[in-house]
Amino acid sequence: MNFNLSALRQQFPFFSAHPDWIYLDNAATLHKPQVVLDAMNLFYSQQNSNVHRSAHGLSQQATAAFEAARSTVAQFLNARFSHEIIWTSGTTAGFNQLVFGMMGPVLQPGDRVLISSMEHHANIVPWHIHALPFGVTLDRVPLTADHRFDLTAFEELLKLKPKVVSISHVSNALGHIQPVAEIVRLAKAAGAIVVLDGAQGIVWETVDVQALDVDFYLFSGHKLYGPTGIGVLYGKTKYLELLRPLLGGGEMIKTVCFSHSSWNDLPYRLEAGTPNMAGAIGLAAAILWLQQQDLTAMQQHKTALVQRFYAGCQQIPALELLSGPTTNAGIVALNLKNEHPADLATLLDQQKIAVRAGTHCAMPLFQALNVKGSVRFSFACYNSFDEVDRTLTALATAVELFAE
Amino acid sequence: MIRPDIFTETATALKTIYDNQLPQLRQLKDWQSKYRILMTLGKELPAFDSEWHRDEFLVQGCESKAWLLHYQDPVTNQHFWAFDSDARIVKGLIILLLVQLNGLKAEELAHAKPELLLSELQLQQNISQSRSNGLQAVLNKIKAVM
Ligand SMILES: Cc1ncc(COP(=O)(O)O)c(C=O)c1O
Repeated sequence: MNFNLSALRQQFPFFSAHPDWIYLDNAATLHKPQVVLDAMNLFYSQQNSNVHRSAHGLSQQATAAFEAARSTVAQFLNARFSHEIIWTSGTTAGFNQLVFGMMGPVLQPGDRVLISSMEHHANIVPWHIHALPFGVTLDRVPLTADHRFDLTAFEELLKLKPKVVSISHVSNALGHIQPVAEIVRLAKAAGAIVVLDGAQGIVWETVDVQALDVDFYLFSGHKLYGPTGIGVLYGKTKYLELLRPLLGGGEMIKTVCFSHSSWNDLPYRLEAGTPNMAGAIGLAAAILWLQQQDLTAMQQHKTALVQRFYAGCQQIPALELLSGPTTNAGIVALNLKNEHPADLATLLDQQKIAVRAGTHCAMPLFQALNVKGSVRFSFACYNSFDEVDRTLTALATAVELFAE
Repeated sequence: MIRPDIFTETATALKTIYDNQLPQLRQLKDWQSKYRILMTLGKELPAFDSEWHRDEFLVQGCESKAWLLHYQDPVTNQHFWAFDSDARIVKGLIILLLVQLNGLKAEELAHAKPELLLSELQLQQNISQSRSNGLQAVLNKIKAVM
């Protein structure tokens, strides 16, 4: 297979609607190929019925499509069982269920949880809400001088015997790919349950949860060319069975009497209420689409985009680069010396370059880096070298405006 | 302690900007020239003591911060402002709001629509949509003194 950028790009209707924009906010959300939109449209126009509930054949048809989507995700992650795929509304919702669900069955007062310095708030705040008030301690792995995960310090911190280690697969603020295989191996050897936040990682590389031996893996559909409002909490059966449901209601119960309810089996136990059926089907379509692409070529293309952009930035002396160009999943975070990132982003916006400025839902990272925030350029497979070059020109124009 | 002359000095600076830079901005067509001026407006303002960068004065935008000081003249009932922001463009935009609002009385503030100037200058089409730069929050805080 080879990589035909213009053919690929044509599959994304968003770009024909906005031909004059350069979209480099891909870490926030990705655009959707037509097949994803078609699958959702087909669901609503021809398959729509509530799943699992009604006796009629139409519902059974919808249920079949919905459960086929679950199997698609299970195969994609190489999960042992389909019931290990729990639908959520996104990574954030998944983390809230996971952390809440661990309190009691997994985590007791006095236990420790270990995260890294570059976690997204989705992997911080749920611990603050559900775990810290009950006497759980949160520790964090520091950064190395080049803003990477510090494996040596990690090994030291594992001696504190954390019950849970929860780390991002790829940093959403810097783009750095964490050494997840090492992290999982070391953490498991220290007896911890390992959680990976795959929100940014899943689109970078294929994840085999069994080979990796990770206990929980979470991601969002919209960062995988799929729709918003759908996400996945993968867990090993033995750990998912421990989790207390965060949400109660329909479908997640076996029996309810006035004073007591008993819970349904996995995966339904953790999926209260009518699920996002069209979302699940759209996500499955995105995965099937992705599996037809040449993933290696996509990775190489993204790496080439980052390296070209990075090299161009190095030619602009006033820029301070926070990301490194290698072991990077497609993000360059930078600042203009002594200027606020929001100002730089505004001047790029004027030139129709969509980037994000700020702390990228990772405030503790920027506290550790001791900067206000950054401007984040995040690349996807559909971006072109021409877009990189035009962005560099726009960046130079913006920098000149500051210099006056 | 807030020195009271920060308000008179700010008022003078805002008057200068109203008389000099604002007419220039109205004439310019290309975005670069406009932003070039917008980004330097802050230099006209009197120095803002760093000790006033306190939470009680802070208006938090998503990306940038602004600090807003308020004084009401007990005789004339006019409202005066002094402020700072850690982002240059936001600071320039707040200046363009305040050149219209500084020294107004409560009843005048109630009817003011200072954001129209920003869309007229094509600097910010719709400030309520861009929650992220905190401009709407600044405007809300100013209007809240009524
Ligand atoms: C690393 C990481 N974790 C978690 C999230 C949260 O994802 P969502 O907003 O889809 O729930 C994001 C999204 O920005 C992310 O980048």
